[in-house]
Amino acid sequence: MSGQHTTELVVFVALFLVVSGMGFVAAKWRRPKDIESLHEWGLGGRNFGTWITWFLVGGDLYTAYTFVAVPALVFGAGALGFYALPYTVVVYPLVFLVLARMWSVSHVHGFVTPADFVRARFGSPTLALVIAITGIVATMPYIALQLVGIEAVLKAMGITGHLPIIIAFAILAAYTYQSGLRAPALIAFVKDTLIYIVILAAVIYIPAKLGGWGSIFDAAAEKFAKTPAPGDGILLNANNQLQYITLAFGSALALFLYPHSLTGVLASKNRNVIKRNMSALPAYSFLLGLIALLGFMAIAAGVKPIVNPETGKGDNNTVVPVLFDQMFPDWFTGVAYAAIGIGALVPAAIMSIAAANLFTRNIYREYLNKQATDAQEAKVSKLVSLVVKVGAVLCILLLDPQFSIDLQLIGGVVILQTLPSVALGLYTRWFHKGGLIAGWATGLAAGMWMLYLIPNPANGKLHFGGSAFPLANFGFDTKATLYAGVIALTVNLVVAALATLIFRAAKVADGEDATSRGDYFADEGDPKVKDLDLSGAH
Amino acid sequence: MPGNDRDRSPWYWLLLVPIAVPLMTFLFNAAEPTLLGFPLFYWLQLAFIILGVATTTLVYRMTR
Repeated sequence: MSGQHTTELVVFVALFLVVSGMGFVAAKWRRPKDIESLHEWGLGGRNFGTWITWFLVGGDLYTAYTFVAVPALVFGAGALGFYALPYTVVVYPLVFLVLARMWSVSHVHGFVTPADFVRARFGSPTLALVIAITGIVATMPYIALQLVGIEAVLKAMGITGHLPIIIAFAILAAYTYQSGLRAPALIAFVKDTLIYIVILAAVIYIPAKLGGWGSIFDAAAEKFAKTPAPGDGILLNANNQLQYITLAFGSALALFLYPHSLTGVLASKNRNVIKRNMSALPAYSFLLGLIALLGFMAIAAGVKPIVNPETGKGDNNTVVPVLFDQMFPDWFTGVAYAAIGIGALVPAAIMSIAAANLFTRNIYREYLNKQATDAQEAKVSKLVSLVVKVGAVLCILLLDPQFSIDLQLIGGVVILQTLPSVALGLYTRWFHKGGLIAGWATGLAAGMWMLYLIPNPANGKLHFGGSAFPLANFGFDTKATLYAGVIALTVNLVVAALATLIFRAAKVADGEDATSRGDYFADEGDPKVKDLDLSGAH
Repeated sequence: MPGNDRDRSPWYWLLLVPIAVPLMTFLFNAAEPTLLGFPLFYWLQLAFIILGVATTTLVYRMTR
């Protein structure tokens, strides 16, 4: 460790410790009579108002990895990386009505996970198990990637080795165990405030030092014009426009299928909190758009990514930390690094809670202990949340970080395959439970096959090199590409529909629907909602 | 029962606008005109956030 980063390190560690303290104190915040149930530990009492939900869901969706990876993508590929902006603009009107329905039916029936809903709606523990496992598999690499975010910052401070990451995650695991969802909810206030301060400072201060926005874009255009790669540039070209559209739209469809996104939504106290947040959360999208442009600022500032000693290649994930280091005074760089580091803790906590809840509700209670009490459920979830974090740390210690990035890419395609059961299920009971399972399996297989075929010439990988599937593989005479997730989802839907018709014709028994139409519109104060909420669901 | 038809308001169709417009690349895939040094591609897509917020806010207020 060199001495030149001492100030940064002191500020970083101090802020990290403050936040860790808050994580432990959070158990006493809005203190429940008894935290030993999933409604309390796993969903913070299901009583968060508009502001807390805004910080919590914002802190959850816009992760440290996003802050590091999106500008890294813009740095490397230009306009295509900006897809993150339309993605997070489109998502809120898209889910405006869907999430309100999910909230209502979940509060009437005491659902904690999306798989709980699927089980009741389609009367199928098997389909629920499939949805739960899909959710856990898609979430695990996402947690590991939060560690990649912290590591990028540590590398920029000249710290190598895995010990700091292990310590950070041990602290995180301890306060999540104790405080449940209350911990990330409280920490999110600090995380988001720091991020807003850092980014607003960055977009005012850095362009001023680099000669204005015009010269930043000029520098980027100049860089991309010199590279041989055909897909980059500060504008889209004929071949990647469809990719841009389908990637933005497909990612928007996937976002709220992730169990951790729904955790934040289900923790809110009524439907209006959700709807108001659909108008308020785009404030983070604005921030994300500006963060993406840090990639161009890094180009204009002549940032060289830190070389990974194992591969001998530059790690683009380090461009934002290096940019901050070059531009800001040391103490503020420390604040910026802390913002990214703490930014990793909030989503990692919520994701591990969401994965733990899936295990508890849809595997433990369904198959291992049908008579589980609220306290037993909370106990199991707390323990599983620890296991999940150990798993994430092991992913980083034992595997190439590139593997986690690949898994995350796969995760988006995987979680999309739950859309027919979870999202369409909120609107229609038309699909047969067997049809949904058949669609899920075929969509998943198709998605894996496509991702396997995609190479990445930039780093010499032959498989799982990206999510842009060339239409030429289907025999079309074009260089255009589409987001593989959207194609896989289409396959899923077609198979689910056909299989439903076949199962109906063959008179294969379907599951019972335990929900009724009114459940999807119930709101706070409705007797159905109140009752179950206070007593806890059984 | 007011609860049973809450999704049926015609106002909800408005939500399609901020879903469709940000995905129409031909609207913004150009450098000119620039605004404060930002090419059209960047400033117009940032402006679509305002479109999204205005639409969801309007729909929320009209259907409350």
